[in-house]
Amino acid sequence: MQSLLPFLAPLRSVRSVGFVLLLSLFAWDMAAQKLPAVTLRDLNGKPVNTASLAQSGAPTLICFWATWCSPCKRELNAYMEHYAEWQKRTGVRIVAVSIDDARSSSRVAPYVSSVDWDCQVLLDPNKDFARAMQVINVPHTFLVDGKGQIVWQHNNYADGDEDEVFQQLLKYGRK
Amino acid sequence: MIFSCGVRGRRAAAVLFALGCLTSGLRAQEEGQLEGGGGGEDAGRVTGNVQLLWQSYAPDSLIGAVVPPEKSALNAYGNLIYTRGNFSAGMRYESYLNAVVGFPGRFKGTGVGYRFARYSDPDVGLDITLGNFYEQFGSGIVLRSYEERALGIDNALDGFRLILTPVPGVEVKALLGKQRLDFNSGLILGPGLVRAVDAQVTLNDLREEWAARDLRVTLGGNFVSRFQAGSTIAKDTLVLTLPQNVAAWSYRLGVQRGRWTGNLEYATKINDPSADNQYVYRKGEAILLDLTYAQRGFGWVLNAKTVDNMSFRSDRNVLLFDLPINYIPAITKQHTYNLAATLYPYATVVAGESSIGGEMYYTVPKETRLGGPYGTRITLNVAAANGLDTTRLEGVEGATLGFRRNSWGFGPVKFVRDVNVLLERKINSDLKLKYAYFYLEFNTLATPVTTTFKGLVYADIHVLEAQWKTAPKQSLRAEVQGLFTEQDKGDWATAILEYTWSPHWFVSVMDQYNYGNPDPGARVHYLYGAVGRTDGPHRLSVGYGKRREGIFCIGGVCRAVPASNGFEITFTSSF
Repeated sequence: MQSLLPFLAPLRSVRSVGFVLLLSLFAWDMAAQKLPAVTLRDLNGKPVNTASLAQSGAPTLICFWATWCSPCKRELNAYMEHYAEWQKRTGVRIVAVSIDDARSSSRVAPYVSSVDWDCQVLLDPNKDFARAMQVINVPHTFLVDGKGQIVWQHNNYADGDEDEVFQQLLKYGRK
Repeated sequence: MIFSCGVRGRRAAAVLFALGCLTSGLRAQEEGQLEGGGGGEDAGRVTGNVQLLWQSYAPDSLIGAVVPPEKSALNAYGNLIYTRGNFSAGMRYESYLNAVVGFPGRFKGTGVGYRFARYSDPDVGLDITLGNFYEQFGSGIVLRSYEERALGIDNALDGFRLILTPVPGVEVKALLGKQRLDFNSGLILGPGLVRAVDAQVTLNDLREEWAARDLRVTLGGNFVSRFQAGSTIAKDTLVLTLPQNVAAWSYRLGVQRGRWTGNLEYATKINDPSADNQYVYRKGEAILLDLTYAQRGFGWVLNAKTVDNMSFRSDRNVLLFDLPINYIPAITKQHTYNLAATLYPYATVVAGESSIGGEMYYTVPKETRLGGPYGTRITLNVAAANGLDTTRLEGVEGATLGFRRNSWGFGPVKFVRDVNVLLERKINSDLKLKYAYFYLEFNTLATPVTTTFKGLVYADIHVLEAQWKTAPKQSLRAEVQGLFTEQDKGDWATAILEYTWSPHWFVSVMDQYNYGNPDPGARVHYLYGAVGRTDGPHRLSVGYGKRREGIFCIGGVCRAVPASNGFEITFTSSF
């Protein structure tokens, strides 16, 4: 049996490819993405099921960030400058999900308070939600429409991206 | 060049190409369905991502550039997760053809590096995973499996995990598995077996009348056991039996009231002679404390940590990044400016250290003399770590226990001092300025980040950053940095220019110049340029230039990356 193993090795790779293709077939049939269910904690230590983050009838903006990520902080600071107006026009709610781990997660609450972000902040210290949302790098922003479906996403932040976010919010926001 | 790597390479490239095509197909499908009002939910859904990193290597004797024989390298990953109701299954396909320089060179070939099946029903409080999974108990000081892909660090468990929530506020986790050690056309696991349980109770969630109380209290505890077949080793004149079963456990308390939050965790480990501790049997201990205060416009955090012999691995004979069961965070801040982040980054000395640090944030209100028209932000950060306060033991005790710790406080050997301040001010609607100063004392014997100097490096770092909105949706960002030191490689300067056209394009150029190197031949410019495009969740960038030898860190874990010269193409996509 042992001597057969080298001959079986190539089959293992073929099986892997087959598995990918099989999963891909499901993909062609897929519905628009909905939010996966992961239990995170907010800054008060209260558990929050991420599947419940979407609002009914109004959009939700989910922003993955970290205290060590300068573009992330620039992005959320820029959004916060417009947040009151965006809420008024589209009903949007912003949720900032920090992927800071045990090294820096204790910095999240004081930082957020000092810059006065008026949004829900969740902690994802072992990237469980980030992994489920297929986030590779931060910042990564998702727009969830009023039916709970992810309708737009953006990886990276450059000055002025908030204009595109606003255009998307107008498209999917409260009419 | 990518396709010159044999059959396996072509197969992997084909799969990843198929995933890439799928990406655009899925987006089209999504949009079509949304316009049609959705549908097809019963078939479940697939999400995924693709990540490619390709580098070419050219000779450059000036910087000692590494040129592997194949002259190019590719790391590629494709993730898929299929979800239907409470069921999900996923896999990650990985390719190292060959692994890029700086990654573990033993990562080879293509294959599945991660796969799982999971059933999670929050209504009945049941969550079962078979296959690979990542997990963290408390702060991770006793158990954390996680992935830092950019560093090649992945200690995913492979086995079985059960999470139960019998009543609101109570969560119990149990797991059993082996850890990922290596990759050679597939997953290679380490020899040790990890068995672990964790329980956490949030008192406020137990009774309705406690839920609305200002004071929130969370209690937790865990027990982790490692089994590895034992043997004996000879040490001095002794023959020592290596324990097969090693245990570690911790207790934690979290308290939150109003603006205050406190977290305390105490951990112990017994019976673990290992390569990390020169095979001594003394007990490991750690204590971690975080205290934070947060109010509008102001906040601070205090961190204190002492770790003593708390390196815990699923193979007693491995070192560095291999098979860690736990995670010990560094006390220092993870800096973002190039010179502060990559020349002397501190990582916890796992054999033992005592440390304290803190950070304060303050926004000077706008319309004041100091605050200006938009307010001024001040961040002050301090961190200090020393070796433990110990007494060395002699004779048999010395061979079996090593030393005795006298207190939880600082010992005489300085490991690091890091004091830094960041000032941020918006001058007008188009211009923002930042200034940062860092004072650093860094013991390169404790954290060996350089081969050219052994001892304490004293460094001052100054950074000036300007961000200028040049036109609607266009922005120029410029950084000038200087690191000044009498030790090691001497003075450095860095300049960065980055221009962005929102939301798609960016171009950047960076020059790092070691103008103060005591060796005039090593006073080299490291010039690197990149251009890239982002389109929603898809991002492509192409760079060319010299990549400096240095330390690349994420989340307190660092890996040495050798110098290289050449092209770099990165592509990431999520769907």
